Amino acid sequence: MDVAAEVIKIIAKKVPGEPRELQAGDNLAELGLESLDAVEMIFDLEEKFDIQIPVNANNAKAEFATVGDVVTAVEKIVAEKARPA
Amino acid sequence: MKRVAVTGLGAVTPLGHDTETFWEGVTNGRLGFGPITCALHERLTQKVAAPVAGFDPLAHFDEKSLAILDRVSQFAIVAAREAIAQSGLVIDGALSERTAAIVGTGSGGMGTQDDAYRRVFLENLNRVFPLTIPRLMVNAPASLVSMHCGIRGPTFVTASACASATHAIGQAFHMVRSGMVDAAVTGGTEASIVFGCMKGWEAMRIMAPDLPRPFSRDRKGMIIAEGAAMFVLEPLATAQARGATILAEIVGFGMSADAGDLTSPDEGGMTRAMLGALSDASLSPSDVDYVNAHGTGTLVNDIAETAALKRVFGDHAPKLAVSSTKSMVGHALGAAGALELLATVMALREGLVPPTMNWLGPDPACDLDVVPNEARTMPINIAISNSFAFGGLNAVLAVKRAA
Repeated sequence: MDVAAEVIKIIAKKVPGEPRELQAGDNLAELGLESLDAVEMIFDLEEKFDIQIPVNANNAKAEFATVGDVVTAVEKIVAEKARPA
Repeated sequence: MKRVAVTGLGAVTPLGHDTETFWEGVTNGRLGFGPITCALHERLTQKVAAPVAGFDPLAHFDEKSLAILDRVSQFAIVAAREAIAQSGLVIDGALSERTAAIVGTGSGGMGTQDDAYRRVFLENLNRVFPLTIPRLMVNAPASLVSMHCGIRGPTFVTASACASATHAIGQAFHMVRSGMVDAAVTGGTEASIVFGCMKGWEAMRIMAPDLPRPFSRDRKGMIIAEGAAMFVLEPLATAQARGATILAEIVGFGMSADAGDLTSPDEGGMTRAMLGALSDASLSPSDVDYVNAHGTGTLVNDIAETAALKRVFGDHAPKLAVSSTKSMVGHALGAAGALELLATVMALREGLVPPTMNWLGPDPACDLDVVPNEARTMPINIAISNSFAFGGLNAVLAVKRAA
């Protein structure tokens, strides 16, 4: 599965307005994601990949500023999950 | 319009099961946090809450009464009994029909709901306890306070999430002030540290992993609490005539709705509620000495509340003592405003401001005097207590030291 493509698809669902091509450098707040959108997006990502993303809304803005930040974080968690213990 | 006195206080809190122990705790910076012990707690990511530890229902109720009492109603009744006993008011005869019981709660009997759902969904049982519905209904705490305390006047629950108790007390204040009732037993109660609710809070991602640090740098969110606080309100003149001790006077109440975001705090709505309370009390901003803040310890609440305080108080804002007792008792949701009014009334009486604990250092966006980490002795004549709820519902009470 192309994790990055799936992550971007999930983020795109939360971006208001006309569908558009998302870039790694796009800032989530500037794309129009509000705090509840971000919480819903994280839930969707956790459901999609069956993972836990340890993000607190109180510092999410710093950790998850851009589309690329989210992709990198999810890829890392998915890779850790795939590795045998 | 009648002046309204507070003549009784009662509490069941994470810091102790009566007003005196609660007050000793919040003035000594004691912390009420501990492990979550509800059924299925091992499946929770969140490990810390502010439970009412060591509460023994059988110390307060017989087994037959307990069959209809969810924990949320138990807390309310125990706190109401303490408040009524302190007031010395005998609620019987004609007075019982002229007394109100107005209780705030965010969600009612969540323990009962969780137990029932666990049976049918998880254990595949096909029946739940017979009194499930009357135990969990959101109005149960008010109904059961009325039954246990013999109150037969206006009785209902107010539900406005984290402002529920403050809305309840404000409603009771209006009823006594207008002469609609001769006394009111009012406050708030909550008991929702149960698996289903905590999963919901986990999904909101606004809980701190360890401690709430209101107005501090590096704060990471709130901690969920449970408990109740209750008050007896009476017309000042009647209370004085019967020789009651006047603990404080409630002088104003303000409310507003943000009509904006369901969960993000709104500086404008906060501002309007505080100005409403001051205007209702005919007070100037410079009359206020102490603010018991909503102060949840989330990133956004504390910034918005600081900004709103600056808008309301202007040049006077830096002179205010502003503290968050949630730093010690956590966020008791629908009971929070009652626990905080209790701290505010005691602060007025004792001339002692509870601290904001767990404060690590300044956040430039929260630059008021938040009484960090140590209680402060200072004369207080007027205080306000802020409650700002999910749903954009705001309520503020203004309180005056008893003459």
